[in-house]
Amino acid sequence: MEGLRGYGLIVGMWIRATMAYRTSFFLMLVGNATISGLDFVGIFIMFRHVDALGGFSLPEIALLYGTSTVSLGLADLLLGNTDRIGARVRDGSLDTMLVRPVPVLAQVAADRFALRRLGRIVQGLAVTGWAVAAVDVDWTAGRVLLLPVAMVAGAAIFAAVMVAGAAFQFVAGDAAEVQNSFTYGGNTMLQYPPTIFTRELVRGVTFVIPLAFVNWVPVLHVLGRPEPLGLPGWAAYASPLVACVVLVPASLAWRAGIRSYRSTGS
Amino acid sequence: MRLHVPLWPAVAAGGFRRYATYTTATVAGVFTNTVFGFVIAYTYIALWEERPGLGGYDQAQALTFVWVSQSLLAAGALIGGGFQEELQERIRTGDIAVDLYRPADLQCWWLAADLGRAAFQLLGRGVVPTVVGALVFPLALPGDPVRWLLFLVSVVLALVVSFALRYLVGLAAFWLLDGSGVNLMATVASIFFSGMVLPLTVFPGAFGEFVRVLPWAAMLQVPMDVLLGRHAGAAEVAGALGFQLGWAAALLGLGRLVQSAATRRVVVQGG
Repeated sequence: MEGLRGYGLIVGMWIRATMAYRTSFFLMLVGNATISGLDFVGIFIMFRHVDALGGFSLPEIALLYGTSTVSLGLADLLLGNTDRIGARVRDGSLDTMLVRPVPVLAQVAADRFALRRLGRIVQGLAVTGWAVAAVDVDWTAGRVLLLPVAMVAGAAIFAAVMVAGAAFQFVAGDAAEVQNSFTYGGNTMLQYPPTIFTRELVRGVTFVIPLAFVNWVPVLHVLGRPEPLGLPGWAAYASPLVACVVLVPASLAWRAGIRSYRSTGS
Repeated sequence: MRLHVPLWPAVAAGGFRRYATYTTATVAGVFTNTVFGFVIAYTYIALWEERPGLGGYDQAQALTFVWVSQSLLAAGALIGGGFQEELQERIRTGDIAVDLYRPADLQCWWLAADLGRAAFQLLGRGVVPTVVGALVFPLALPGDPVRWLLFLVSVVLALVVSFALRYLVGLAAFWLLDGSGVNLMATVASIFFSGMVLPLTVFPGAFGEFVRVLPWAAMLQVPMDVLLGRHAGAAEVAGALGFQLGWAAALLGLGRLVQSAATRRVVVQGG
């Protein structure tokens, strides 16, 4: 709770600082949404040449794309700067955080909070909205509800990857790119249907790093598509549970990382 | 006795060594490029199975495009990185005044340093992804050493075009002071128009023809086409390299004009 309060205070400070340069902020917001949207433009161009990719139509892939993008966008907005921890270890500025009366994780997560990352979320929501309207699905209450639940649970799964990645940097040093390859790279993968990837890869992102629960498992259920690994039907609703489960090792890794931290002394 | 080292090679070597220092970051970057290589490779396999021969490539050529472009991203600074933010910071803080006093041309200095950086990232971040890709997927890498040599020439020209454009982006700070907006726009353009999202040959119709003559095409699409042997005969290869050379000369020239305009009105910030 104390951590949340500290997080809120730091975030509020960064938002006020951002709003001092309003024009710059709106430009960055639009730029953020555009960069995020380029992938979808790529998919759109692909569908100028084909009617289906891996057996999935454009609206179906758009639903996968939109949900994964919103999840990553939420995690990126709330925790995205945890990957700067390696740089902070290197230049010694993490020491300042250790003496402040706010949990280090809250400080690291709120560090340079970038409101412009709303751009990705808005762009993802827009694609999701279009997909929901265009896709041929009988929208029961359960299916409608499953989408936002999966988005939030997916954000928590991405958040766990970010926290574990930050912990890894205590050991490896400035290795921000490793967690980026699981978050951004994972997001790129989840934007496409699992049918185009090899079975081993799908297994890996289901059972090892359970990114499949961000959107594949729930959204395939919404689309009425078979789940490629033959998971039981209730798995479609299991994303929140999976999110809670993966946050445990991530937070343990973080604790271990911060305990083992030795300052550079500079 | 003073040891005379030629200036520009020394600056380039400095750029190389500077980036070579960060081993962990390099390894992490290689890891990322490889992960993205796998993900994109499978999407291309699906696409090219659906439409064989799309954009004039067969599937092996499309996969080669994926892996070699992942190898060139860091060297060409196509998704950010490079020197331009540092130049902007020096302009914003006023350190640029010191640079302008030096008996070395500003543009040549940064060009040499950036080519040094690119040379390291070509080796440090370029080799492994392509090797991994070649081990796992059937790639259409040429066996002809001449083709590799032409590819290398094309890559060097691509790096110069990339530098020349980013130099203009950097100089924008003389007028804007805060470069973050223009940097973001420059990144958007280079991600999309270089062929990184999809090969430019896949872009449809008149829009496709338009994007293929923009300078960003010279940064990734042209070297890839040279490597894949899409140009029939010496004349077409010369045309492709000439296209790159033309953009390099035009953008470097524009950079000089902007540089002289900027330095004539330079007001040093800070104190």
